[in-house]
Amino acid sequence: MLTLEKRPTPSRFWTAATPVVAVLLTMVAGGIMFMLLGKNPFEVIRTIFWDPLFGEFAWYLRAQLLVKAGPLILIAVGLSLGFRAGIWNIGAEGQYIMGAVIGAAVGLAAFPTENRLIYPVMVLAGAFGGWFWAMIPAILKTRFNTNEILVSLMLVYVAQTILAMASTGFLRNPEGSGFPGSRNFSNYKAASNPELIAGTGMHWGVVAAFVTVIAAYVLLQRHLLGFQIKLSGQAPRAARFHGVNPTKLTVLCMGISGALAGLAGLFEVTGPAGQISIDFNVGYGFTAIIVAFLGRLNPIGILLAGLIMALTYIGGEMASTNLGLPSAAIQAFQGMLLFFLLAVDVLSNYRLRLFTAGAGPAKTKTGGAS
Amino acid sequence: MEGLTKAYPGVVANSDVSFTLKAGEVHALLGENGAGKSTMVKMIYGLVKPDSGRMIWKGAPYAPAEPRAARASGVAMVFQHFSLFEALNVAENVALGMENPPPMGELAARIKAVSEEYGLPLDPSRMVGDLSAGERQRVEIIRCLLQDPKLLIMDEPTSVLTPQEVEILFKTLRQLSAEGTAILYISHKLEEIRTLCDEATILRRGKVVGTCTPRERTAREMAEMMVGAVLTPPERAPRKDWGDTAPALSVKGLSVASPIPFGTALKAVGFDVARGEVLGIAGVAGNGQDELLLALSGEIRSEPGMVTAAGVPVGTLGPAARRRIGFVMAPEDRLGHAAAPDMSLVENAFLTGAIRKGLTRRGFIDWAATRDFAEAVIRDYDVRTPSSGAAARSLSGGNLQKFVIGRELSQAPEVIVINQPTWGVDAAAAASIRQAILDRAAAGAAVVVISQDLDELLEVSDSFAVLNEGRLTVPRPVKGLTIDEIGLMMGGAHGMEVAHHG
Repeated sequence: MLTLEKRPTPSRFWTAATPVVAVLLTMVAGGIMFMLLGKNPFEVIRTIFWDPLFGEFAWYLRAQLLVKAGPLILIAVGLSLGFRAGIWNIGAEGQYIMGAVIGAAVGLAAFPTENRLIYPVMVLAGAFGGWFWAMIPAILKTRFNTNEILVSLMLVYVAQTILAMASTGFLRNPEGSGFPGSRNFSNYKAASNPELIAGTGMHWGVVAAFVTVIAAYVLLQRHLLGFQIKLSGQAPRAARFHGVNPTKLTVLCMGISGALAGLAGLFEVTGPAGQISIDFNVGYGFTAIIVAFLGRLNPIGILLAGLIMALTYIGGEMASTNLGLPSAAIQAFQGMLLFFLLAVDVLSNYRLRLFTAGAGPAKTKTGGAS
Repeated sequence: MEGLTKAYPGVVANSDVSFTLKAGEVHALLGENGAGKSTMVKMIYGLVKPDSGRMIWKGAPYAPAEPRAARASGVAMVFQHFSLFEALNVAENVALGMENPPPMGELAARIKAVSEEYGLPLDPSRMVGDLSAGERQRVEIIRCLLQDPKLLIMDEPTSVLTPQEVEILFKTLRQLSAEGTAILYISHKLEEIRTLCDEATILRRGKVVGTCTPRERTAREMAEMMVGAVLTPPERAPRKDWGDTAPALSVKGLSVASPIPFGTALKAVGFDVARGEVLGIAGVAGNGQDELLLALSGEIRSEPGMVTAAGVPVGTLGPAARRRIGFVMAPEDRLGHAAAPDMSLVENAFLTGAIRKGLTRRGFIDWAATRDFAEAVIRDYDVRTPSSGAAARSLSGGNLQKFVIGRELSQAPEVIVINQPTWGVDAAAAASIRQAILDRAAAGAAVVVISQDLDELLEVSDSFAVLNEGRLTVPRPVKGLTIDEIGLMMGGAHGMEVAHHG
């Protein structure tokens, strides 16, 4: 009989090995899925994981890697702080949209003034937009004990409606001959977020993501607040005994993750996306949840996970255009990654034991005897 | 049924315990926490094997190897903590506990029949998650009754019940005993035992210290037997007069609701503790001990004046602010409350030591200093652990208790609040913990010790009070306290009222 036995101390080896094993298992299971779809699994896996880095179009796709990974990492690091504290902000997608809309609105309000201060103000407005959107579930939770998972998720759809209103209504380009979508920020120098080094994909959002990773790492390792976040997630009663105020912590964690998601939205709308449009959001806020867990809620891990996830995005797109795979298959592939990660994760806290029949059940209840 | 005798010399938990149980008798097993009641019944139920001694069941030797064997012989047990699946319904839960469950429909009908026969209304199709604690207990009882037991063991059955539910339960138990089922009833609630039980065996520190017929005794007489006669506190150095105008810790009219499900609200609790004084608070678990600790630690806030330290109101302050002015606290639940199970001892040292040991600089943690602090505690309090990096949950209960107590007492405290200081700790370590508490008191700390071990309280305390249903008796000096008076203070609501007004 196979049983799970709790380890006295979490295994360091499995904590580090879990993501690698999960990626490998995803390749195997995904390969089987692709095979059932009638494709050559090796070709698909190669297209997803190898071609973007070393294939024919790598010169262009490598830059895309940072463009995609930047917002994922920025959002995921913020989410991971809340997840560590047991606060489940699932609505980063909505906070991302609101950051983009409010930040863009501030920039467009100043059009066509050219001033070096405009972009920093837009960045603050973007962060504020995400923070504000995250405060709604945070305050509803702390005041009325609502479930932040549901509320933050529902607010994504509200944000999408606001995005549609913005691109067809209050932020529509007056010179766009009636087409939906705002002015393009690439034509408005004071408010644009250009590539900093040509051909690398590096823009301010990617810089912000790297800075955030370092800041979060220091926060969690060395700062009192990081300790309180970890403590609240692991042992809520011990956290109250330590003196953590659960209300303050909820507001703080939701606020940080919302502000970072808002920043990601602002950098995206002024940079790679260029304008507010109905289909501006592409699910970074949801994918970041997978990235956060794939990175084991650890900032450095999230950095690597964000890059891997971006790779599957870019490679997945290539696979669907070049090999004719349905995009749902790619999404299922990405979902498998989270699935296997959570499944393999059990091994860091439990070990598998093979019991010979009969020896198992008798052992279970003697613990409390002495 | 002939009778049941057993003897176990040599074991710490139970030594040379014997008693007899007749068919249809309701027999009480009475004793304080840690007296060995649970170990005793675990042996009968086949969960623990006796080291020596024997049991005789219906005239034949009886030695169950596992609970299944005990059940097959007609022994059933209702545990203090239920083992039910909340997401399954009543019938499914009952089926899970049976060796050969009948088809669901038939089982549901039998559950209905049995529950009506014994006056325990229960709908087999309801989800266990929706049931109250009393109803969950009925599921456990009916699960036992379906096996048609000859001996039913009930471990602290009333601790989670409302008075009305207790009444229903007692009716059922009387009916069972009238039908010839023997019932072994474990409790420390004396009035219950007087109303329900025919015979009582009283355990103290693993030994039988007496037997009696509860109906013919008063609750106080039984309490005396439970506590024992050795109640003289050890000689201690005379207390220094610190010349304070206000007591180091003063609690006045402290009334707070309990944040714990089935918890007990505190009702107008009041006491003063001076520097160098140890106040011992006795009482049976679940009478407001946890809540009192939470209110003193700042995890439950109260009106400002309800708790004052050296004349300063602190009722509204949280745990961190109270530590800053000299409070240290050690809750009863070590794993999850006093310590974070998955964190290392270093991190757990930081958990409460951060403020008084100055382990942060502008919000950044000084891990080197924290490690030194953790290792000092490990050394000074003889905590057995491979390293300070070990997770708290990898330590044994007693070792973790030593770590927790050591962590608190090493912080040069002004006010010390400890719930169950020596729970689960071996005798030698318990003695050293008590000595450490007394040393801290001698150094000028005001100490509140909450414990269910009367001997311990009388050993360390200067004054003594009892917590009962959220009310505290007026503290009295331990010196000169007679066993009669302690019995009165402890002996249920009636005796307590006398002490309260007196």
